[in-house]
Order: sequence, then structure tokens, then C-alpha cells
Amino acid sequence: MTSILEVRDLHVMYRGREGEQRAALAGVSFDLGAGEVLGVLGESGSGKSTLATALVRLLPANGRISRGVVLFEEKDLLEAAPEELRGIRGGRISLIFQEPSLALHPTMRAGQQIYQVLAAHGTAGKSVLREKTRQILGMVFPEEAERIARSFPHELSGGQRQRVLIAQAVACGPSVILADEPTASLDPTTQMEMLGVFRTLREKLGLAMIFITHNPALLAGFADRVLVLYGGRVVELGPAADVLREPRHPYTKALFQCVPAGLTGSGNGRKARLPAIAGEASVSDLPLKGCAYEPSCAERMEVCREREPTLLGVNERHTVSCFKYEK
Amino acid sequence: MQPLIKVETLVKRYAGRNLAGRRQEVIALDGVSFEVFAGTTVAVVGESGSGKSTLALCLACLEEPTSGSIWFEGIDILQGAERARREIRPQMQLIFQDPAYSLNPRWRAIEILTEPLILQGRISREEMKERAYSLLGRVGLSREIAERLPGELSGGQRQRLAIARALALEPKVLVLDEALSALDCSVQAQIANFLMELQRALGMTYVFITHDLGMAAHLADEIVVMNAGRIVEQGRVEEVLREPRKEITRRLVTAVPRMTHAPVAPIGQ
Repeated sequence: MTSILEVRDLHVMYRGREGEQRAALAGVSFDLGAGEVLGVLGESGSGKSTLATALVRLLPANGRISRGVVLFEEKDLLEAAPEELRGIRGGRISLIFQEPSLALHPTMRAGQQIYQVLAAHGTAGKSVLREKTRQILGMVFPEEAERIARSFPHELSGGQRQRVLIAQAVACGPSVILADEPTASLDPTTQMEMLGVFRTLREKLGLAMIFITHNPALLAGFADRVLVLYGGRVVELGPAADVLREPRHPYTKALFQCVPAGLTGSGNGRKARLPAIAGEASVSDLPLKGCAYEPSCAERMEVCREREPTLLGVNERHTVSCFKYEK
Repeated sequence: MQPLIKVETLVKRYAGRNLAGRRQEVIALDGVSFEVFAGTTVAVVGESGSGKSTLALCLACLEEPTSGSIWFEGIDILQGAERARREIRPQMQLIFQDPAYSLNPRWRAIEILTEPLILQGRISREEMKERAYSLLGRVGLSREIAERLPGELSGGQRQRLAIARALALEPKVLVLDEALSALDCSVQAQIANFLMELQRALGMTYVFITHDLGMAAHLADEIVVMNAGRIVEQGRVEEVLREPRKEITRRLVTAVPRMTHAPVAPIGQ
């Protein structure tokens, strides 16, 4: 598989109110294959949103990439000139965020909002742009593209608004989409619908995608590989089916057990105590030495407090950062 | 046994206007009836726009229903005088989805917790402070939290603070409107555990409004499934979810993301 995006040893720091430096990402490395869906799992503070914004250098003013390489189509985005970056963002790499009602212009019709994205990135004539807008809307709304194009955001449902955002994101034919919790504000029926839309686009356009979420179950049947972030580090990375069925890292295991299994009938019984994870996933609260998850880990050992684990291969495609798998 | 809460043919219509500027009514609740027994949890589930949140607002006396009645311990709270309602209101507390918006960002935790006590009067400043500290302990927050602003707390801590504030007046019922939805899985588990402990210890009654059927199945005794302002199905949670009779319930059950989900199908095929 050829990689379209290569991330190597990415470090991001935030400056606090008193000028102190806080690490948000502490050495994240992974590849994204062409046409691949990589699910990034993480909880608040794990650095998952920082990852999405750092890749295209849209960090807030107090954030700084202190080290690392982000290779996209053989170019290091961290070295790219602002001009060049502007062309890449929205053109070759698109972002989709959580709250569709905040990301759309409230008094502009949906069709126009897609048209403008195309106009900003291309030099084609009006009629070509209009035709392209129609095509793109038709892809995400197989049934009522015409009506949606004429609607204002407030006339659309949450799911429809999210589809308009997706249409904007794919308008210029990007090869990578970064989606940060794109379905978190939607109800489950609409969530599944949205995953279906992404699936369609992947098949039609061959898009690669980084899908960031805190809900592991959303990745089942959708992502190709899953990357688990904890405390700004990659703790597990492997094929989605393997990671979801048989997680190896103690954190990943604990995270999956938190989800009530009342509907499937397996696991914890109704009204039983849910296994919760003590402590928090943000880097600032973590110990300076040893494994970041050690204080909350159910399977900790002596060595976990002495040094930091590195990513080890469970097999060719599945890596885990835990001493349990050291040979 | 008499139910603690009895909702009878509750209707709520909002006046609205359509795009042409013509008056058009929005029917948020269209004849909703159900009962809640003391010490139990009733889950109210449905898609966005099914009327769940309007129901929460009506229960907490924050919206006046267009018609129908809500009985609390045998008293019709919509018929009585405002004075009677004032007695009942503190006994049903509402908790919202995102505590970031329901807590005053400029107040320290201690002020947030003492405010309901001040409004209800009756006890001294010193007692209030003591009560606030014991509330913090009750929801598993340390005393240091008392001096912090909501912005300085994590999502889980904020939601605990919101629950502590709701508990300040010793309510019998908590109406939880998507109270866990904005939180991480592990924090959801913590708060869910805490709600169950509270129920065992104090015999709390919960109306748990959610679109998370997995959590509803875990926490609730009874379930009410809503669609377009009406109840389409209700009953014991295990029966309704194991053998849903209505199409809408089936759709909700199959839409629940599972760890062993079949491949997601593309649209329009």
C-alpha cells in the first residue's frame, strides 16, 4: 500500500496562561494509505483534535509544533510556505468539524456555499462551477439535491447540514479528509446515515480519511485501521477488526469495557457497575517518567514506572506500546 | 401503588411561521401519557425532534404545556396556584447536556452550589457552606474544587457539579436531558455509576432522556419511545428493546453503534 500521508514523531506544545509549556502530542507517528479510513480513538485531552489541526497547521495561536515531519505527496507540510498551504487546505486536504450549524454561513443558500469553495480554489467559468456544484450535491443527496441547493442552513436538519459540509469538503477533489468528531452531535440513526455517506464518497472518489472520534463502536464496520491515542501518544495501532475485537493495550481494553453492553446482552449486566477508568487522559496530569497510563492501569508492572514503552509489533500490522508484549 | 409522576395526554404546541410568513403551529408533544414510580428510572428515547426535550422542560415546570396534566404525588401541578408549584419545583431538577452552558462561567463552584439554597432561604450562611461542601463530597469532587470556575474543570467534573447543584434542594426526581451525551465513554461510565449509587442510597427517581439506547438499556427499568411528539411504544426496557414492535423502535435499536457492526453500506444503493 502506498502512503499518501506520513506523520513522523510529531510533537505539539501549548503555552499556558502563565507562559508554561504543556505538551499535547508527544511523538506521534503513523502512515495513511491512499483510500484508507484511519479511525483515531481518544478521549478529551488525549490530543486527538490537536492532531487534526496540527497536520494542516491550523493550531490556535498558543500552540506550536515543536518537532516532527508531516509528509503529504512527498512534501513536508511543516516546511511549506503559507501560500502553498492555503492551496492544499480545502483543495488537497479538507477538514470537517463537529458542529455543522457553526461552520455554515447562516444567510447563504447551501448550493452557493459549495459554489464559493469551488470558486476560491479554481479558475473555471461560472457555468462549469455551477455544473460541478450540482454534481457534488447530487453525490451526497442522491434524492433531493435541487431542493437542498436552494435551502438556507436553518431550513435543514442536523444531518443535512453535515452533508452540506461534507459536500464542501469534497468539492475540490481532495485526496485526504480530516474529520474531527463529525457525527458527535447527531442522533444514532443520522450517525449511521453519515457513515454511509462517507463510505459512498470513499468508493466513488477514492478518498483517504482520518476519522477522529471518542466512540469506538462507530469505527466498527467503517474504519480500516484504528489508532488509539492516550496522553498525546499512540498506544495502539492496528487493523480495525483486530483492535476492536481483541484490543491489546490495557487502556484500549478498559475504554471498550466502559460502553454498556445492555443491548447486545454480553458483558456487564443491567444496572451493574460499569468499569470506569480512573484519572484523565490529558498530558498535564500524567507522570513525567514511565508509561503515561501507568497510574490508571490495571495490569501495571514494576518496569512501567521506570521507563516509557515504545511501540512493539504484536504482528506485522498491529503495534502496541506496552511492556506486556515485550519479548 | 401510586406513581410519583403521572403525565396525562400532555400537549405542547409552539406558534411558528413558515417561510411564506404564514402562521404554522409546531406540535412538539401530541398527547403524551406515562407514569414514573418512585425509585425507578424511566428512559425516554427517540430521534432528534421527537419531542424529548420539550417533555423534559414541561416536567421541570420550565415550559407550560398547552393542555393535559402532570401529577406529582397526586397533585396536579398545572392546576394549582403558583405557590403550590413553588413547593413542587425544587423536587424535580433538570440536568442538561452540556454543563458548560448551564453553569454560570463567572461563578466559583461554591457560589453555584449555594445559590439554590439562598433562593430557598431558611438556613444560615455557615450552614449553606457546610451543605455545599458535603454536596461536593457526595458527587465525588474534592473540596479544592469549591474555589474553581466552571472553565477550570473538566467535562466530567462540570457535569458532577451540575448534578451537585441539582441535589442541593434534595429533589426526589432528576430529569436528565442527554446528561451523558457530551462526555467521553469512560466519564459516562463514571457518572452512570454515580447515578446508580445515588439511586440505591437515596431512592432517587430518574427520567433519563437520551438518544443512546445502550445507556438507556443499562440504566432504565421502563422505556418510552417517542416519535413526532407521540409515544409509539412503552414498557419494561428489556422487553421493548429485545422485541421492538414498532418500526421506529427497530430502527433506533439497529442504529446503535456496536463493536461488532456489519460493514456500513454506502447510500443511494
